[in-house]
Formats: sequence, structure tokens, C-alpha cells
Amino acid sequence: MSLLSIRGVRKTFGANVVLDGFDLDVEQGECVVLIGASGSGKSTLLRCVNLLETVDDGVIELDGTDITDPRADADRIRSGIGIVFQSYNLFPHLTVLDNVTLAPIRVHGVRRDVARAQALEMLDRVGLVEKAGAKPDELSGGQQQRAAIARALVNSPKLMLLDEVTSALDPELVGEVLDLLRELKADGITMLICTHEMSFAREVADKVCFLHHGRPLEVGPPGQVLADPKEPRTREFLSRIIKSGRL
Amino acid sequence: MSDWQPSALQVERLAYRRRRTIRSGLIAGISTVLLVALAVAGIGSTPGWPRVRETFFDLDRGWEALPTVAQGLWLNIRVMLVCAVLIVILGMTLAIMRTLRGPVFFPLRMFAAAYTDVFRGLPLLLVIFLLGFGVPALQLRGLPNEAVIWGGAALVLTYSSYVAEVFRAGIESVHPSQRAAARSLGLSHRQTLRFVVLPQAVRRVMPPLLNDFVSLQKDSGLIAVLGVIDAIRAAQLETAEDFNFTPYVVAGLLFVALTIPLTRLTDWVARRQGWYGGGGGPV
Ligand SMILES: Nc1ncnc2c1ncn2[C@@H]1O[C@H](COP(=O)(O)OP(=O)(O)O)[C@@H](O)[C@H]1O
Ligand SMILES: [Mg+2]
Repeated sequence: MSLLSIRGVRKTFGANVVLDGFDLDVEQGECVVLIGASGSGKSTLLRCVNLLETVDDGVIELDGTDITDPRADADRIRSGIGIVFQSYNLFPHLTVLDNVTLAPIRVHGVRRDVARAQALEMLDRVGLVEKAGAKPDELSGGQQQRAAIARALVNSPKLMLLDEVTSALDPELVGEVLDLLRELKADGITMLICTHEMSFAREVADKVCFLHHGRPLEVGPPGQVLADPKEPRTREFLSRIIKSGRL
Repeated sequence: MSDWQPSALQVERLAYRRRRTIRSGLIAGISTVLLVALAVAGIGSTPGWPRVRETFFDLDRGWEALPTVAQGLWLNIRVMLVCAVLIVILGMTLAIMRTLRGPVFFPLRMFAAAYTDVFRGLPLLLVIFLLGFGVPALQLRGLPNEAVIWGGAALVLTYSSYVAEVFRAGIESVHPSQRAAARSLGLSHRQTLRFVVLPQAVRRVMPPLLNDFVSLQKDSGLIAVLGVIDAIRAAQLETAEDFNFTPYVVAGLLFVALTIPLTRLTDWVARRQGWYGGGGGPV
């Protein structure tokens, strides 16, 4: 059984059909990369999985439980899924350390000193212990994004969702964040990632999924989807990316 | 750490800046003195001035009235402090009521909206009259009769509707991505409001909030119409003795002196927020 199973998910915003019967499976320990044009619904899909959006139809199962059931405890489900946003979304009034310990203390009931120790360990892992007492706006973009990743990871999520986590960063800061994601992959953390970094996708993905018109138009190993796509639409998208110098 | 010494160029620049600061200070001082002298000479030479000075700016009379007026002001200060606390609590409650989602809370949302509409629309003086003269006239048992309490209640009712709107604007100014980030970590609606939204909202509305309290300080003088002996009423009683209006001027000066620290604090908070910034861009 897959860790995450998306079946026939539909999501519309008014007349705009963003996801139209979307199917995708993510196995335990797998790293799945979503690619597709801007506006193709990648962020919407991640937000549906994290229950930040309510689906209009279809089922999303996490670990065999239907999380789209309106009777499900949304807060508990969310606390088991980590999401990292393109714009970091750190809490500006809290220090980096307090950003990381907020959920463990308030949601998971971890004791303050234990949460602090765990958070410092996690910040050490993302290379930010010295910045534990700093406020987010005293950090560089790359540091903020690593703090946001630590904030999500400290809850030991079953699944990590990463939404274009490098696209707001200056080019020389992209590397430090991608290195961190490589480590997560090596640790066997299950990840569903949206990215425009095609070379990174080819390197870490177990499976690549190309979104088009609200459906997974082409799904397969990166060697096939990125190097030898069957679908003309995929080829078109990739050639546009190549022209912009991202592959 | 490093053994940096300012270069000759930098030393020269600093000296230039210092000279310029001194020069600006001199110019500001001289022009102020000149202007004040002109104004005094101008007003002093008008035919009515001696009479005005006698009725409004009689130093001896002012000095004599100061203790009574200051005693009245002490009541204003106490009313102001107690009301400020109640206003913050009530205003925050109303603002949170208006942000509640879900059909269960419809009556609460409606109530909060109606409340702010009514009390922002009613002139404060009218509310003071209605409560201060109306409620005691009902002769309900168990309710206090002191005018100062009803005057204070009128201030609380009116000001909390303003403050509620200030808080609500602050809550709504926190970007939705902050809420999304909090909810994604598993925080409930309440926890998100308490730990993520409200702290940012309150920080952001500090300047307008303090501004409302500057205004409250002055308006606490309106309860004088109920016969409460505050600074204004005390001044009025003093004037009634000899028709010299200097006590009013004294009361005015005291009110200004009272609000200046709060006004400066407001400026300082607003300036400090300049670099504090918003936080949280689009998702
Ligand atoms: N909250 C929203 N309200 C209305 N439309 C939205 C909202 N969020 C996303 N959309 C629309 O959904 C489509 C997909 O957006 P998104 O999932 O952000 O695409 P991607 O992440 O692939 O660039 C876009 O057309 C966008 O305008
Ligand atoms: Mg997106």
C-alpha cells in the first residue's frame, strides 16, 4: 500500500478547473517530483494534500486513512505532514528557535526543555544553530528557507511537501537548500516536491509527474520523463525550460 | 575587533557634519526667537490684549487654581487608566468575535458588527448623557449611582467600538500565508489566532491604538458634564468665583502636558516599526 494515494481529485476555483480527476501514488521513502507550467496546479495539489484546501471530489489517503473525509481531524492530519512554502512563511515575531518549537510545544505537547533540545538539534542539522536566537528578517533567504524546513521536520512528519522551495532564492543560495534536500532524501524521508530545478529533479526523483490541464499527463522515472518524454506536451514544456537555461 | 582607524577623508567628513549640525541648530534657535518675539509684540500691541491677559493669563490666579485643577486631573487620569484596560479587553473581544467563521457564530458576528456600527455612530456626548442621566433615573436597585462610573462606562462603550475596528484591521492585515503556515503545522484555529495572528496584529496596530488613547485622555474631560469634579469641572467651579478664565487655561495646559508623553511614545513605536516590517509574502 502506498503512503500517499491520490484518487480522482478535483479542485476548482469558481469556473477555473485546476485539478480534474488527479491520480498519483507516493510510496514510503519515495521522492516524487511534480513539474508543469506555472499555474498548472502544483501548489494547489500540495495544499489539498495538506488540507489547506478542501477537494471538490476524489479521495486522498495517507497511510490508508481517507484524509479528505470531512469527519477526519484535520489538525491532527496536518501535524503529521510537513509543508515548506516558496516564500518560507516563517513567523516574523518569533525567533528561529521559537518558530521551530511552536508546534512541538503547542500541538504535540512536548515539554519546553525537550522541545528546545530537539529544535537545536534540528537547527544544527540544517546548519543554523548560531542563528537560533535571531528573528527571521535577520536571515538570508537561504537561511530562512532552511529554518522553515527545520520547522517542518521537527514534527517528524510522515510526508514532506516542498513547494518550489528554491525559486525565491538568489542563485548562489539555491545550492545550500538543495544540499539539505539531498540529505533528507538520503535519510529516506518521503517527499512530494514541486520544482523548476530540472537537474536536481533528475538527480533525486524516484518518479517525475508532469501536470497538464489538471491531470498527471506523464508519470515515470526521471530518466524517461525528463530525457525521453512520450507526450508532445511534456517535450514542449521541457524545451521551454531548456531555452530558459534551467536544465 | 579590527584595528580600523578612520581615514583622513572620513575624519574631515565627520568634522564637516558636526559643523553643519551646529550651524543648523543656531539657525533654528535664532529664527524661533525672532518669530516668538514678533508674535508677542504683535499680539501685545492689540487694543484688547491687556483685558485678555487679565482674564485668561493671570499668573497669580492660575497659580492659585492649580492645586484644585490638578486634583481634578488626577480623577481624569484614574478614569482614563481604568477605561483603557476595559477598552482593550472589550475591543479585542469584539474584534475576535467578528473574525469567527462558521454558522454557529453568526449571532456573535452580527452582534459585534451591530455594536461597532451603533457606538461609532453615536456622538460620545450623547452616550454620556444617556448613561449618566438616563440609567440612574431608572432607579434600578443594585446599580451604582455615581456619575463617574456611568461616564466611564460611556467612554468604554464608545471607545471599544473604535478599538475593535483597529484590532480587526490588524488581524486582517496578517497575510493569509501566515495562517496557512500555522495551520500546516497542526495548530488549531484558536492556537493560530493566539500564537501567530494576534501577536503580529497587535504589534502592527500599536501606533493607531496609542493614538486612540491620546484621544481618550482628552475625552475623559467630557464626563464633567455629569457634574463629576474632574479637571475641567474643577476649573469651571474656580472660574465661577470671579469670572477669571485662567483656570481653564491651566486645565488645558495640564491636558496637553498629559498627552505629550503618550504622543511621543506613539511616534517612537511607529518609527521602530518601520524596520520591523510585515513578514510573510504571498504563498
Ligand atoms: N486561492 C485561490 N483562489 C482562486 N484561484 C486560485 C487560488 N489558488 C490558486 N488558484 C488558481 O489555480 C491555478 C493553479 O495555481 P497553482 O496551484 O498555484 O499553480 P502552480 O503552483 O502550478 O503554479 C491558477 O490558475 C491559480 O490562479
Ligand atoms: Mg506554485
